[in-house]
Amino acid sequence: MTKVAILRYPGTWSERDFAHALSLVDGVETEILWHEDARLAGFDAAIVPGGFSYGDYLRAGAIAKLSPATAELRRFAVDGGVVLGSCNGFQILCEAGLLPGALIRNSDLAYRCDWVHVRVESERTPFTDDLGDAVLKMPIGNGEGCWVSDPDTLARVEERGQVVFRYVDETGTRTPSANPNGSLNDIAGVRNEEGNVLGLMPHPERCSETLLGGTDGYRMLARLASVRHGTAPAVYRHR
Amino acid sequence: MRFVARVLVRPKTDVRDPQGEAVLAALRSLGHDVSGVRTGKEIVLTFSAPDERAARMAAERMGDQLLANPVIENYEVTLEREIVKAR
Repeated sequence: MTKVAILRYPGTWSERDFAHALSLVDGVETEILWHEDARLAGFDAAIVPGGFSYGDYLRAGAIAKLSPATAELRRFAVDGGVVLGSCNGFQILCEAGLLPGALIRNSDLAYRCDWVHVRVESERTPFTDDLGDAVLKMPIGNGEGCWVSDPDTLARVEERGQVVFRYVDETGTRTPSANPNGSLNDIAGVRNEEGNVLGLMPHPERCSETLLGGTDGYRMLARLASVRHGTAPAVYRHR
Repeated sequence: MRFVARVLVRPKTDVRDPQGEAVLAALRSLGHDVSGVRTGKEIVLTFSAPDERAARMAAERMGDQLLANPVIENYEVTLEREIVKAR
């Protein structure tokens, strides 16, 4: 059984969606943890869901990074735990320095609530193992989804294969109109160097059953069933 | 001593500023001949410190730890003594 912790900050809104989506995966059990008493010992993976933690005040994720949960996540990740951040969770992981870059206001200033297509660019994460080059259709809902970094970080992220998802059209082709927010190099999701921490703007938990219009999120989340604490870095770094 | 620190947070020059671009377009639509707009935010802090040097260090520590994200933003601190008006 894979034990998955789902963190809840004040303003998190997708924790129960994640718990529901993961209830569809055999071999996974979940627990929603309040960020102030998040103890991750004994868990195999942790999810930082979407929402508007602390009202997105100052910058999205800026206040949440000061939560004791961030130090706990850092320890957990160093120790080999698998961490997934979606939407605001991605913003928090970037603010906390667990992932490279930052998310800024969408280039058209609009809150984008849409279906997008992303192409899997790296299989070196527990969630994209064997999904290389797959084009996944997933929903987004964000006002600050534009991933940016300084040129050196961008070059490093590209060179080390840390880009995991890129916005594409439904045929898998990169076009300016397929990028919903102006992200550099059409980046929709990145991983850390080791591959056990992954962040993305789309919501896999909102496309995990046909009733919701798609199951591509399930394809990612179902892989959690084979995740065990501590295996990730060894497995994913050396592939 | 009481100090007021004004922390001016700006997007780095090589980071896009969509708000600035929107304001630029709006100003042009009003007929203003503006060639560039960059937006930022001002955060005003009031606090006590033993002297000006300590106050500046405190404000910069706040800037580094929280007020600006060094990946995308720069900040500047201007410091003044808090003026308490006599009743």
